[in-house]
Amino acid sequence: MTGATAEKFIVEADFDDYVTLLKPRVMSLAVFTAAVAIVAAPGFVHPVIALASILFIAVGAGASGALNMWWDSDIDGIMMRTRNRPVPAGRVRREDAFALGAWLSGFSVVMLGLTANFLAAGLLAFSIFFYVVIYTVCLKRVTPQNIVIGGAAGALPPVIGWAVATEGIGTAAILMFLLIFIWTPPHFWALALFVKDDYADAGIPMLTVTHGNRTARWQILAYTALLVPVSLLLAFSEVGGPATLLAAVWLNASFLSAGLALVRRTDSQSNKDGWTAERRMFRISLVFLFALFAAVAADAVLRPILDGFLHWPHLV
Amino acid sequence: MPITRQHELHVRRSRRNLLLAGLLGGFVVLIFAITVVKLSSGQLMEAFDHVVRPSLLEGTNDG
Repeated sequence: MTGATAEKFIVEADFDDYVTLLKPRVMSLAVFTAAVAIVAAPGFVHPVIALASILFIAVGAGASGALNMWWDSDIDGIMMRTRNRPVPAGRVRREDAFALGAWLSGFSVVMLGLTANFLAAGLLAFSIFFYVVIYTVCLKRVTPQNIVIGGAAGALPPVIGWAVATEGIGTAAILMFLLIFIWTPPHFWALALFVKDDYADAGIPMLTVTHGNRTARWQILAYTALLVPVSLLLAFSEVGGPATLLAAVWLNASFLSAGLALVRRTDSQSNKDGWTAERRMFRISLVFLFALFAAVAADAVLRPILDGFLHWPHLV
Repeated sequence: MPITRQHELHVRRSRRNLLLAGLLGGFVVLIFAITVVKLSSGQLMEAFDHVVRPSLLEGTNDG
């Protein structure tokens, strides 16, 4: 056996590498938001159907992650943050990543259609198409608006969850979509602020690279401010309630104050303290979304108890 | 070298195969559970196949 052949065998993929291809962390966002939408939507969904639907939505989200890693393997190999992913690290072949993504895409859509309904399946197919073709192939390397428009793909899981439960699309589902859609830019731009060199090296036109950090800081604040009316409307929607309102007020206050802290800083200040405020903004953005959706789920659980003595106004 | 000796590679493959088998087994259980739920919730499992059957006509399932 030659050295090169031995090396090839040593780096043969482990099961975990295939799991990594499915981007489990991104998948967790899809799973959580879709699950909350199913719980909060009116009507009863059998737990087995709900669980299976969430699973197929997760598989669909994972499949688009694998297709993203297939297409982006060249730039993933350049960036420090993504260099150790299975394809650029040489543990999984590019064509294997494509095959896994393509097969799981078809599988998840068909299974969701058979388990829940074909509106939900169609929406899942659209979100995979949007993430892979519109975001990954068409936008990511072309425009600084890549994550703004591409965010629509990540925002669709609650709409899919709603469709699973109701076989339709309601106002609350659209508000949940808008919430994730508007949340995506400040989340990724906060990350881009402290990994800017990575994106520049790979030639990805993130806003921080094309327009500079100052513009990105102000844009982050603008999108953070836009989240206020959307989250407050959600609190007074069909799925809202006191928990959502309390969470929206508290989370918006901390997200906005973190955004304000960003615009008050300069890059030299950030360099001195290791970009702590930017990292904090990124962490708060994660907490924001998970806590707000958790509050919507809490309201769904509390609604039957509170309905007896609290008339919550549903404005939308 | 004895033919029974295991390389680290074999352990890795075996682990991968076992986990895949587990996934497939889980999928079978899931499909079984979905089928039971769909049947027990009284959903019509017959599709229209260009032949009129009484069970497909409205009002004939009311007993």
